[in-house]
Amino acid sequence: MELDLTSDQKAFAETTRRFLGDSCPTSVLREARHDPDGFNRAYWRQGAELGWTTLLVSEKDGGGSISGRGVNDLALVAFEFGRVAAPGPLTATNIVAGAVSRSGTEEQKADILDGLLSGETIASWAHAEPRPFDRLDQVNLQATRNGDGYVLNGSKAPVESASQSDLLLVSAKDGDGLTQFLVPANTAGVAVTPMNTVDLTKRFGRVTFDQVALPASAVLGEPGRAAADIERQLQLAVVIQAAEMVGAMDRALEITHEWLFNRYSFGRPLASYQELKHRFVDMRAWLEASNAIADAAAAHVQDESGRAAEYVSAAKSYIGVYAPEALHDCVQMHGGIGVTFEHDLHLFLRRVTLGAHLYGTVADHRERLTSILESQESINV
Amino acid sequence: MSELLSGVEDLDSFRDRLRSWLKDNMPLAEPTTGVRGQLSDEEELADVARNRVLQRKLYDGGFAGITFPKEYGGAGLTAAHQDVMNEEIVGYQYPDRIQVPTFSPCAAVINEFGTEEQKLKYLPPIMKGEQIWMQMLSEPGGGSDVAGAQTTAVRDGDMWTVNGSKIWTTGAWWADWGLALVRTNWDVQKHRGLSVFMIKIHQPGIEVNRIEMLNGAKEFCQEFITDLQIPDSDRIGDIDGGWTVGSRWMFHEKSLAISRNFIRPVADPAPAEVDSSSPVGLARKAGRLGDPVTRQLIGEGHALDLVQEVAGNRIGQAIGGKHFSDQAAGLGRVLSGVIRTQVATLNFELAGATAVAWDDDDQDLGDLGIGFLMRQAAQIGGGTTEMSRNVVSERFLGMPSEARKDRDVTFREVPRG
Repeated sequence: MELDLTSDQKAFAETTRRFLGDSCPTSVLREARHDPDGFNRAYWRQGAELGWTTLLVSEKDGGGSISGRGVNDLALVAFEFGRVAAPGPLTATNIVAGAVSRSGTEEQKADILDGLLSGETIASWAHAEPRPFDRLDQVNLQATRNGDGYVLNGSKAPVESASQSDLLLVSAKDGDGLTQFLVPANTAGVAVTPMNTVDLTKRFGRVTFDQVALPASAVLGEPGRAAADIERQLQLAVVIQAAEMVGAMDRALEITHEWLFNRYSFGRPLASYQELKHRFVDMRAWLEASNAIADAAAAHVQDESGRAAEYVSAAKSYIGVYAPEALHDCVQMHGGIGVTFEHDLHLFLRRVTLGAHLYGTVADHRERLTSILESQESINV
Repeated sequence: MSELLSGVEDLDSFRDRLRSWLKDNMPLAEPTTGVRGQLSDEEELADVARNRVLQRKLYDGGFAGITFPKEYGGAGLTAAHQDVMNEEIVGYQYPDRIQVPTFSPCAAVINEFGTEEQKLKYLPPIMKGEQIWMQMLSEPGGGSDVAGAQTTAVRDGDMWTVNGSKIWTTGAWWADWGLALVRTNWDVQKHRGLSVFMIKIHQPGIEVNRIEMLNGAKEFCQEFITDLQIPDSDRIGDIDGGWTVGSRWMFHEKSLAISRNFIRPVADPAPAEVDSSSPVGLARKAGRLGDPVTRQLIGEGHALDLVQEVAGNRIGQAIGGKHFSDQAAGLGRVLSGVIRTQVATLNFELAGATAVAWDDDDQDLGDLGIGFLMRQAAQIGGGTTEMSRNVVSERFLGMPSEARKDRDVTFREVPRG
């Protein structure tokens, strides 16, 4: 989380923190593992009232942010989500709302945005595909032109909150290019199969598209030219994910710091053992580094700078390793209690584990960085 | 506003003046080519001379020692002006060897603790590039435990006689003066028997020995000090009060990443230079750039480079903004030490077997093997990462202190191996 927030940003983050603290005590989260939805709509609507859904939507479309820097403000919310391992389609809904505001027609905006902004409707970005097309940037779902419209065939997985979504934003191969479609979840030929997941409250589904006929009005942006929008959406998704992982790490280190002082063995607190002191300093250093690179990525994405992709992939490459590493060290320092369902640590461990592999693995993003460096080289030469 | 009222030049006007002066006076930086290769002694001395010339140019232009008082040859400006300098100097040559440790910690310590006479005597030559200073701190008997200095000064009238040895003094063979932490009393508690002296390095009584590192570098020195005579007027701070000076000295050393006492060009905001000496170029030369594992190594290293940069900025900002205490500076030291060793390892891996046995025309790949041999230096120099972990855990995170045997006894009684 950024160090120097405006007083408005502080109040905004504080309101979300208080609301999440009241709504999502860990006892509730544990219970939610049996809930097929993982969250309830009333909670999401209340969150929307606090400003969780407007941040990537322009003011003229009814959105807006606290600081005028919506990506940074959304990262603040995501950080707070991470600190409680909160339920709810924060990434899914914001990515779609932002994409519609950015590239949608007036008609699409009028149809879709009100519901998303108020929290009445849920949407998700159906982009990742199941193996063997599960590497970053792979899209194999086919869009075939059919008169004025299109027919979609293929599948998407994992899709966050797929069963809960009223609307899906679907990326598809369209000839040589990529096209995005806004597909109501109840369209004929769309089927969702719930998946299992490591997280307690996030839900994922596999969505299959079997001869799904869509009118031309379902296209978001320019047909065949969605690559730049998709890249933007990916960057935003990783920024939200990174901030959430850092929030989870922040809370887990807080819990562990307290534990090290309160737990005694051989007549001394754990915090007096040099091995544990030193390890905890490393974990604290990873936390600062993760905060720093997550914030840098958010700022570059907000500014749409030429280095946004580079910082996004650097954030994922680093946090994707060190957030899980720090969480496992927290578990280790707790001993047996750290691997029980009763203890809170696993809530955060689950959240960072999820984040390590969604929207591109660490390996994917490292390779992406090398490609970015190569493209800089060709510019220099 | 307050700056205008106090008569200090406003930042915009300073920036304009500095920008046009730099354009007219300072030579452009030469493109960096990856790792600075080993220089011959002649090349190194020539580079030191070039540094002195650059420092003199800054002085003549009124831009030496931005935050140091005018009466001692500085520019008498503020930290904010130093920030402007750090931005504007990007792309120009500057006296990089004279910044650390000459300006900080050395000149900063002299400015804080020196008498009027001492400041008038020593600070102007520093500003003019006539004196390059080094820290005579570590001893053969202990690196991280600096307050355990055993090099001893004994007073005789207006003179002190010094005996002992200092080690790990960077560039002592070409530097001029050193700030030295010396024991003046063995019969009090360890921190209460130290004094700080300003010592001319090349004089009778000091023999400078260059230490060859395992990669062949001979930058570090050891000084053997035998019956060296120093006037009492070159003592800085009180007799036996050296740790008061030393604590600030250590503070300056730990704060180098955020200090405004010297020129530190802001990290180049342009994308990283990708050329034949960068990891991409080296992996291509090694024939491994198409290999996904190699591409992951390069990406990992680049991510770590960016993380080190932004994390250093964040920790500096956190200390500057009082979010963190000064002691949190050690977090940055741990991170940069660990990240440099990681990157050295990644670079070693991407070169394959050529990094351990190479033909003459593959020297750049062989250097990655040598770099790997020297990897841990990043976690040792300037205080080990373990020391920083102790400091951060105890003074920033409030964890209990390690047991020690040098607290409640005189220095003479402290167990030593």
